Amino acid sequence: MTLIAFFFYVFAVLCIASAAMVIIARNPVHAVLFLILAFFNAAGLFVLLGAEFLAMLLVIVYVGAVAVLFLFVVMMLDVDFAELKAGFIKNAPVGAVVGGIVLVELALLFIVHGFDLGTAGKLQAATPPIESGIANTEALGRLIYTKYVYFFQASGLILLVAMIGAIVLTLRHKEGVKRQSIAAQVARNPATAVEVVKVPSGSAIVPSSQGQNS
Amino acid sequence: MDIGIGHYLTVAACLFTLGIFGIFLNRKNVIVILMSVELMLLAVNVNLVAFSHFLGDLVGQVFALFVLTVAAAESAIGLAIIVVYFRNRGSIAVEDINMMKG
Repeated sequence: MTLIAFFFYVFAVLCIASAAMVIIARNPVHAVLFLILAFFNAAGLFVLLGAEFLAMLLVIVYVGAVAVLFLFVVMMLDVDFAELKAGFIKNAPVGAVVGGIVLVELALLFIVHGFDLGTAGKLQAATPPIESGIANTEALGRLIYTKYVYFFQASGLILLVAMIGAIVLTLRHKEGVKRQSIAAQVARNPATAVEVVKVPSGSAIVPSSQGQNS
Repeated sequence: MDIGIGHYLTVAACLFTLGIFGIFLNRKNVIVILMSVELMLLAVNVNLVAFSHFLGDLVGQVFALFVLTVAAAESAIGLAIIVVYFRNRGSIAVEDINMMKG
């Protein structure tokens, strides 16, 4: 057994086991942590496939952003997760049937066609083959900044829309909170801000109106 | 023994099936459903990268990059919707989402 095969089996088994734990974990915080473990192992599989850039992207984007976002939401919402777990056993047979059907279909494809890339190999050459001596990141960069630059820009636009959408959805204005009003500050002038009062000698100042210069 | 494309496709198939199974198993909990969708997208990415490696074609990795982008955007919007929904109704159970009687 070569070293690559050994690491493949380690990553694959851990990935599938932690994916199974994601869906059967009772505590959703544990489920998110197992999701992080699954993504780490998938990143290991990507490294074995020579896709280092995507592996690092998976770690940064998923573990660093998406999984932490999940963790944040799970901990922020005060939800009775035990109640949500009700019907766990009741739904299991339906899920097992549908999942089993999909697995059998995929297995049938494997049995009938096998994974012979002999015919599929002729379909390649959508891009020039990867030159030797070029790192994966550089090769990917040469591709997405030249041939796929419009798609790259479109994906940036998707992220922008997602960001604005998430902010618009979750932002709320509370009533009764004191805020700074820039316009009211800028509109002040000496006539409205200062009241000049002529005080006769020997008498007191009586406020003419309340809150005039507030 | 050599690790071929079949091994990677088997891992991806198992991950995808677990994702589908998770959606049916946790039908009440929206957060776990979103996590199951993430698992299914991860399986798709494994498939794309495996074919990219074994066919010597880098476009598979470019496509996996875009799938990753869309998945990140999807989970951000989905979690924002869950937060707003929880703020309005005080619950995230799927059965309670019936205001539109759909």
